[in-house]
Amino acid sequence: MTYLAKPHLHHPTLTRNKVGYTRRDYEGKISTLCAGCGHDSISAAIIQACWELDIEPHRVAKMSGIGCSSKTPDYFLGASHGFNTVHGRMPSVLTGANLANRDLLYLGISGDGDSASIGLGQFANAMRRGVRMAYIVENNGVYGLTKGQFSATADRGSKSKKGVINSDSAVDLVGIALQLGATYVARSFSGDKEQLVPLIKGALGHGGAAFIDVISPCVTFNNHVGSTKSYDYVREHNEAVNRIDFMDTHSEITTKYAAGSVVDVPHHDGTMLRLRKLHADYDPTDRLAAMAYMNERQAQGEVVTGLLFVDAHATDLHQALNTSSSPLNSLGVSQLNPGNKTLDKINAGLR
Amino acid sequence: MKRIEAINDFVIKFANVNGSGSASANELFAKAILRMGVSVSPRNIFPSNIQGLPTWYEARVSKRGYHGRRGGVDMMVAMNPQTWDADVAEIEPGGYLFYDSTRPMPKSKFRDDINVIGIPLTEISNNAYADPRERQLFKNIIYVGALSMLLDVEVSVFERLFAEQYKGKERLLDSNVQALNLGRDYVKENVAAPDLPLGIRVERSDFVGDQIFTDGNSAAALGFVYGGATVAAWYPITPSSSVPEAFQRYCDKFRVDAASGQHNYAIVQAEDEMASVGIAIGAGWNGARAFTATSGPGVSLMTEFIGLAYFAEIPVTIMNVQRGGPSTGMPTRTQQSDLIACAYASHGDTKHVLLFPDDPHECFEFAAMALDLADRLQTPIFVMSDLDIGMNQRLCKPFKWDAAREYDRGKVMSAADLESGREFARYKDVDGDGIAWRTLPGAHPTLGSYFTRGSTRDAYARYSERGPDYVYNVQRLLKKFKTAAGLVPQPELRPAQQTTRLGVIYFGSTSPAMIETLDILAAQGIHLDAMRLRAFPFPDSVERFIADHDLTYVVEQNRDAQMHTMLVSELDINPACLMRVLHFDGTPITAHFIARSIAKSAAASAIVAKNFPVQSEAA
Repeated sequence: MTYLAKPHLHHPTLTRNKVGYTRRDYEGKISTLCAGCGHDSISAAIIQACWELDIEPHRVAKMSGIGCSSKTPDYFLGASHGFNTVHGRMPSVLTGANLANRDLLYLGISGDGDSASIGLGQFANAMRRGVRMAYIVENNGVYGLTKGQFSATADRGSKSKKGVINSDSAVDLVGIALQLGATYVARSFSGDKEQLVPLIKGALGHGGAAFIDVISPCVTFNNHVGSTKSYDYVREHNEAVNRIDFMDTHSEITTKYAAGSVVDVPHHDGTMLRLRKLHADYDPTDRLAAMAYMNERQAQGEVVTGLLFVDAHATDLHQALNTSSSPLNSLGVSQLNPGNKTLDKINAGLR
Repeated sequence: MKRIEAINDFVIKFANVNGSGSASANELFAKAILRMGVSVSPRNIFPSNIQGLPTWYEARVSKRGYHGRRGGVDMMVAMNPQTWDADVAEIEPGGYLFYDSTRPMPKSKFRDDINVIGIPLTEISNNAYADPRERQLFKNIIYVGALSMLLDVEVSVFERLFAEQYKGKERLLDSNVQALNLGRDYVKENVAAPDLPLGIRVERSDFVGDQIFTDGNSAAALGFVYGGATVAAWYPITPSSSVPEAFQRYCDKFRVDAASGQHNYAIVQAEDEMASVGIAIGAGWNGARAFTATSGPGVSLMTEFIGLAYFAEIPVTIMNVQRGGPSTGMPTRTQQSDLIACAYASHGDTKHVLLFPDDPHECFEFAAMALDLADRLQTPIFVMSDLDIGMNQRLCKPFKWDAAREYDRGKVMSAADLESGREFARYKDVDGDGIAWRTLPGAHPTLGSYFTRGSTRDAYARYSERGPDYVYNVQRLLKKFKTAAGLVPQPELRPAQQTTRLGVIYFGSTSPAMIETLDILAAQGIHLDAMRLRAFPFPDSVERFIADHDLTYVVEQNRDAQMHTMLVSELDINPACLMRVLHFDGTPITAHFIARSIAKSAAASAIVAKNFPVQSEAA
């Protein structure tokens, strides 16, 4: 919507983080999405999360598929390499990129059309393999770029802008991610930055496949009465199970919590997720209980948000494959080529 | 009765039931002939099935070292009642039929112009073994033993092969030697001259030399290891699965860091071909050498991604072990029918580099070279093998690697390059060869990042729908393709023994049959200059070759003359200058087929040529 470029000069009073970057250094190009689009709020949350985590922008590789959501990596982390791939196939490209260089952080941005329809297979298999990444689906239940068709996450009975009632049941990506072994599963709302930023931070610090389903209303095609992905609907039905504080283990914990109201989840990179429980009986480290809870609440029309499941001891595809600790893309002839003596032996064995 | 007499020069075909364990016995037979120093090239003709359907193994023994299929069968080892009639009918007059005579066969089932050798294989095996599985497996070794006696293959050769194969498993070694001797002894005791030895037989020779005997798929896998591939993603499909499987085996052996035990490779069996190529493309974008291996149906699925890699300019290597198409086609038969599907894969204007290896030696070379070319040209590179090369063992030159060779990583700007103030423009032709410089993710904190995509952009990778930006970019891609023509393996020329106005173009698995064809035709007085294409795009020499001849035959293994089409359209050739020779029934092309086709056409066109004085001949 905005067509005026932001000035390049940074105000000298802007706060720098530990690696010397201001928040502006994590921005990208001017968004071309509609004014009020939930996706822009998610981009802002990603910028905030990366700045707060002191990540050097060029250590992130951002990948996406096709659709409104998949355009957004151009609008944040301008100093990172980005790859806008083909429809529904970001997970495979991200998997390959991750295999090539395990030292970078991988941020996959997708939409509900991209991940729940054409890309459901790739979404599912990336979760199964435990590719280390933060996978964010910007979920608005609608195809925006092609002007308002239902997507596969649209709830049965919800109404399109043109008045059509959706008769198909919805694909629940959170439920699928939980079932397939994702080790960090969250749902959030683009309109709740306070909840979303720590969830993104937790996902970026996670040691395995992290998935966040972010309900992100489409202001142009899916923000009307009868939609279950509108700002109003989500605000009314949002049922948060917890709030996250993200901290590194060295910082002093000053806040006092009532006994039993806090779950601490240490991360392999030395950071700590502190979950403040909003539901005393919700245990985010119990996968089966999380699945049962989700099913139960969703049946009542609630949109359950928060960190729904986390496995602090998550492993990833590199560990499963026992790949070299040096990135594969940094290996040279001496590590990769078995040499002539070996080749002579191979030749001899083939006679 | 006439009988075929030939030393070290015959075709023997085994008709078996698949799943009966015959494959390893037949391979043992072929290897034994090789160890006698005699050239042999076997071919499996097998069904898309696990157990119970007919399968054949055809071994060409050739004193001149022809590795192609000749056509015709001199001896049939008929072990499959299902295909008996057709198998017996296929034998050349004067040829030999070897069969299991345990159960008597009616006289009508035989021919009177062939020599019949019946050995009660089942009876011998059942008398010696009690276990049903052993009876079946050793029956195969027993027939190999009987054949070795009939064909004069030395027993010591087998003993050595068994000793190598069953090193440390002495019990298996002994029982195999015993089974072999059961067959040999029976023949010794029950077959007399003139049937022993047969008119066709093997004599020790020194033809093999330092050549190796291997299949194209494992050779390609080894090429990927030597070429430095670190990421492989694949989805099982016949006939390419043995490429990644062999890559896994070689990596387990040669790519595990001795100190840490960590793997200097990553192999993923993906959920489908789209994910396979997607993984390879992601790895290529991020600076690792990556490949996938597949066959025609997989290429169809990968097509969208191939367009992305072409347009976003990502290095990726795709090994296509072709089979019979279209659709599921003939999964276990061979064809060269994916040329156009690969050369122009994806929507919009696209052109891709294809390499055509003709034997396992070149599969090794081209696999490694493809990784270099992919990095150099930043584009998909196809290695176009086929089932005939990929899944059959072939005698070929030993693998070679130049110790001084470095990997060509192409145009990658490092952090230092970026620091030096050199301009980075991802899609700008700064060197005049159409190839732009790229950077790898994470290269530099503030310089060299870009956002790539399959949609249009300007020379600086910024989204653009401006016509001039688009045209600049796609014209540059065309220039890059021209550059590729000079980098790919150049055609191999075989001039005729005397001046001729006829030429022939061939490639890939047609090669061994073609070499034999040229000799057959020369003996008939038909001389051809021959050009073996080794890659697409075509270098200028191809156009010159066609221009230098009145008529050029294009021999290929598909129905629609796909190479012919590409020659005509890419080089603006008058189609009248080319003549198609097409073989596409799924079996490997034979020398007899090509020779017959060309001889017939040459005879017809000779009339035309007479009315057409040619200057060069007078001079």
